[in-house]
Amino acid sequence: MNKKENSPIRVVLAKLGLDGHDRGLKVVARMLRDAGMEVVYLGLRQTTEMIVTAVEQEDADAVGISMHNAGHLTLAPRMVQALEDAGLDVPVVVGGIVPDSDLEAMAEAGVAGVLGPGASAEDVAKCVREAVATRGE
Amino acid sequence: MASEDSTVISLVEKASKGDRRSVGRLLTLVERGGSAAEQVAEVTHNLSDKSHVIGITGAPGAGKSTLTASLARDLATSEYKPAVLAVDPSSPLTGGAILGDRVRMEEASEAGAFIRSMATRGHAGGLALAVPGMVRVFDAFGFNPIIIETVGVGQVEVDVASAADTVVVVVTSGWGDAVQANKAGLLEIADLFVVNKADRPGASDARRDLELMIDLSQLTGQTIRRPEIVMTTATEGEGLDEFKKAISEHREFLFEEEQISVRRAKRWKAEVSSRLDYLISEIVKESIENLEEKEGSSPGSVAREIAKNLLKKDELR
Ligand code: B12
Ligand SMILES: Nc1nc2c(ncn2[C@@H]2O[C@H](COP(=O)(O)OP(=O)(O)OP(=O)(O)O)[C@@H](O)[C@H]2O)c(=O)[nH]1
Ligand SMILES: [Mg+2]
Repeated sequence: MNKKENSPIRVVLAKLGLDGHDRGLKVVARMLRDAGMEVVYLGLRQTTEMIVTAVEQEDADAVGISMHNAGHLTLAPRMVQALEDAGLDVPVVVGGIVPDSDLEAMAEAGVAGVLGPGASAEDVAKCVREAVATRGE
Repeated sequence: MASEDSTVISLVEKASKGDRRSVGRLLTLVERGGSAAEQVAEVTHNLSDKSHVIGITGAPGAGKSTLTASLARDLATSEYKPAVLAVDPSSPLTGGAILGDRVRMEEASEAGAFIRSMATRGHAGGLALAVPGMVRVFDAFGFNPIIIETVGVGQVEVDVASAADTVVVVVTSGWGDAVQANKAGLLEIADLFVVNKADRPGASDARRDLELMIDLSQLTGQTIRRPEIVMTTATEGEGLDEFKKAISEHREFLFEEEQISVRRAKRWKAEVSSRLDYLISEIVKESIENLEEKEGSSPGSVAREIAKNLLKKDELR
């Protein structure tokens, strides 16, 4: 899709399920805003359905999920699948606690990027930008 | 552009069959502006002006989102198809924004309300430039009512008055201490006051304060219809029935007294005016971009010279 260059990237940010670590998500929201993006902040306790609905209505360019409760190997692929099932070509990026040994599985599941503790504002913005840039490829 | 043209046509077709994703895409096109936005505007212009547009404004944290959410949820569970346009400020430094209103609108969304968040994108006045056009998209595809939540506003940001049929001003107890000037601005635009956080002390003082001010403004004949005051505790759903009733009474007043055509004519003018402001500010930006200081010419004379040339310009982007 032709994205007018001066219109900001729109990102939906959320946490899935009962994982209550939302500090990182809030930090990431600030980082993305400061990188000039528009963040639709959904916060805690979201389901994949709620995120799909938000992506449709908000016409988002990317979904960012923060995960800290070791559920990423089931939840991240489920998120990617839910978007795909809905016919939405929208990349998913993940941050939080993801062991290195799981990175390959995440990539195979279609997750566009993974970041962990200590990720800088530049890392976070770049991760989202690159994911959006590969959209539709 | 041909491809853009067919995109808009197919989106409109799908949107009129109830496809929400297409509505979402059309909203984006309008928000971005440019030729695609013009095309969408052409299509939606004749289809719109059917829906009731409710504007909800008030100070930051007054409870606008919580109220909007409960209203939208309630409407969605009865026979209505409500849409919400929730506006948050863009950062003036980076142009980015955190759009956080949706957090409080989960239940409304699950009940079927269409919720769209948006940033002001550099527009002052409590709304974004694209708001009227986006409202028309909702209107054209059968959403009714359409609720606009403004950014948390002070006194001068009263754009919502010219974007909505019914303007709700949300205040809380601390409001009683606010300066007089602040109150005057909001009072002029309010069709309905909500004193929210009625569970907190001072709410009845706020109400009394409002009553007094309304009395005064009635004396000077400023308002056609005395704005009602409703007390709510939005987090508990208390006062919501009264709130809904007051909104539909105002709607009836608008339609029965023929006020609606007056308002919409005003709205139309206001939109032309804000579009004109925007075009002119873009032209001004362009004109001074490559301007170099000339020895001995005063800023005033340079500005006049530029204006003279500009006014002859017959093409606008
Ligand atoms: C603070 C904290 C808490 C706080 C959370 C407060 C809050 N509201 O967030 C509290 C005390 C509540 C808590 C509770 C628990 N915690 Co805790 N907690 C932490 C701790 C110490 C720091 C997390 C944090 O906030 N970091 C600061 C933020 C800024 O960093 P971040 O989240 O990593 O985010 C960065 C990147 O990951 C990335 N990022 C993050 N999200 C996203 C999203 C996107 C889209 C992108 C692009 C990037 C990105 O960018 C950010 C900026 O650099 C971590 C240990 C650690 N070192 O990470 C444990 C940790 C996450 N907790 C852990 C556990 C086990 C728990 C509990 C289960 C403990 C218990 N037994 O009660 C509970 C569970 C609570 C619940 N309901 O989920 C484990 C998780 C283990 C695992 N996943 O295998 C950890 C790793 C500690 C450990 N080593 O065991 N915890
Ligand atoms: N005690 C009490 N708290 C309330 C009430 N209504 C809202 N709140 C709380 O007030 C805070 C702000 O509510 P919002 O609905 O987000 O307010 P807002 O006006 O939309 O805020 P902005 O969009 O940021 O300007 C939240 O923590 C709400 O839970 C109420 O009636 N009573
Ligand atoms: Mg709000």
